[in-house]
Amino acid sequence: MSYVSTDMQESTEPRTEESSQEGLRRSIDPSQVGAERPSSRELARETVFQIQNLTAYYGKAPAISDVSFDIYGKTITAIIGPSGCGKSTFIRCLNRMNDVIPSFRSDGKILFHDVDLQGKDVDPVSVRRRIGMVFQRPNPFPKSIFDNVAYGLRILGMKDNLRDRVEHALKRAALWDEVNNRLKDSALALSGGQQQRLCIARAIAIEPDVILLDEPASSLDPIATASIEDLMHELKQDYTIVIVTHNMQQAARVANMTAFFSISGGEDGSRHGVLVEYDDTEKIFTNPSEKRTEDYVTGRFG
Amino acid sequence: MSDLTLTAKSLTSEHRRRRRIVNWAMEGLATLAALAAVALLVIVVGSVAKRGAGALDLDFFTKTPSFLGFGEQKSGIANAIVGTFIIVGLAVLMALPAGVLAAIYLNEFAPKRVASALTVAFDVLNGVPAIVIGIFVFVFLVAGHGQSGIKGAFALAILMLPLVTRSTQEVLALVPNAVREASLALGAPRWRTTLNVVVPMAVGGIITGATLATARVAGETAPLLFTSSLAGNTVSWNPSDPLASIPFFIFTSAEQADPSLQEQAWGAALVLITFVLVASIIARAFGLRSRRRLTGGR
Repeated sequence: MSYVSTDMQESTEPRTEESSQEGLRRSIDPSQVGAERPSSRELARETVFQIQNLTAYYGKAPAISDVSFDIYGKTITAIIGPSGCGKSTFIRCLNRMNDVIPSFRSDGKILFHDVDLQGKDVDPVSVRRRIGMVFQRPNPFPKSIFDNVAYGLRILGMKDNLRDRVEHALKRAALWDEVNNRLKDSALALSGGQQQRLCIARAIAIEPDVILLDEPASSLDPIATASIEDLMHELKQDYTIVIVTHNMQQAARVANMTAFFSISGGEDGSRHGVLVEYDDTEKIFTNPSEKRTEDYVTGRFG
Repeated sequence: MSDLTLTAKSLTSEHRRRRRIVNWAMEGLATLAALAAVALLVIVVGSVAKRGAGALDLDFFTKTPSFLGFGEQKSGIANAIVGTFIIVGLAVLMALPAGVLAAIYLNEFAPKRVASALTVAFDVLNGVPAIVIGIFVFVFLVAGHGQSGIKGAFALAILMLPLVTRSTQEVLALVPNAVREASLALGAPRWRTTLNVVVPMAVGGIITGATLATARVAGETAPLLFTSSLAGNTVSWNPSDPLASIPFFIFTSAEQADPSLQEQAWGAALVLITFVLVASIIARAFGLRSRRRLTGGR
């Protein structure tokens, strides 16, 4: 079974005329792969993250081992792979969210704009302020819609034009039209899809450079998922987006670059996640270099 | 395996009748136990109300005891009511901030091992008998310095502290981790996450626990025996004097030969029970509100 259906893509993509990358992704045709079109790698204006030999542990056992690749600016990078391959562990390393877990530690380097994120003088709080995150399940605060978006702004002292900033964030998250007349209502009264868009609005309100999305649509229905995916295309123009997903169609629909993680067994019988292949999304889904990637994307494994 | 084979006999056998009887008996016993608890409450409240209601009038709340008049002159427990409110109020002021902060430390900041060790310590403190705490405060604060309301309040605060801490800890643990992560991911430091997200979500439950703890210590007599019992028969608002209290009034008046004083003891008991009952109902209301906040009104 092919996971990359052209029909499906056509129906969910926003109809915006954009860069050649957009066009590239839209028509994935195996016969054209390898033609002389530029890859996302070449089109990338800058490298945002350089991950070098990252190994992350919970307790003694490594959750991911020896991961190295670069993440590019103003692109959408998807992390795919079977359950337990360390996708979430990896993405949580990017904004030091794992610091919260006492048994966590990591080796290797993550350079963010050439600064070592795990450096001793790096404050995780300011890391998270520049690298926002949206979680698997919508997690709005039990506050009003307005206060949810304003929360980060207030914490960070961005209190000038608070109303405008909130409105702007809600518009960017394509939620404004649905909530502008009830900003004082509890965010918990919103539907799941609306809550997740609110969480995205909350994340972009503080104007981060990067947005990390950890399976943002896994608890949403297909319509809400489609609206989140449309939103990602919108946001890609201004933000670097990294999305973890176990839904391969989703990766194929939204991502420019795709990293495939899988599980490897160590000599001592331990199992940990490894990066198998990282390339342009269409290459991963149509002509992967690794057998394991092909097995996964064609449904023979995982 | 053969026992499990489904046969017509096994479906209709006498085992089924036995099961039904056992089931019926167990359900009956459990229901009976629940009813007995409610019945006890009704009997206690009922008998206190029956014997104490006669003592309740305006004088009872506004006048002070006059043991000299030997029943001829109407007297009241105004000094004990004022004293109890001052002592309990001060105890809350001492125990509530300390208890809530301790719970915040245990639940939000402490490493797991430290947290579980300290939790056990609080449980042990919770199990220390009230009279032991009374003697402790007597030895260290009262002996040689004299009694006072504030020392009584301190003794009650020691009793309250583990109650407040443990109940607050339980409510904080109910706040989902996802919300903490959401706040941290927005670049909020830990203390702001605690202050702006976690505590507001838990505040209803914290108040519930604090109110129940208050109601519980308001009736304590033993700690006040050593710390605030030598009170005068006039209303005093000064916490550095020994203050009268409702539990201690009940304790002394119930032993008097004068039947009118005994009736007053019942009346004071009724006042105390009413206070505890009202406090519990208020606590419930806050608890409901808090739960609605945590679940989004659904």
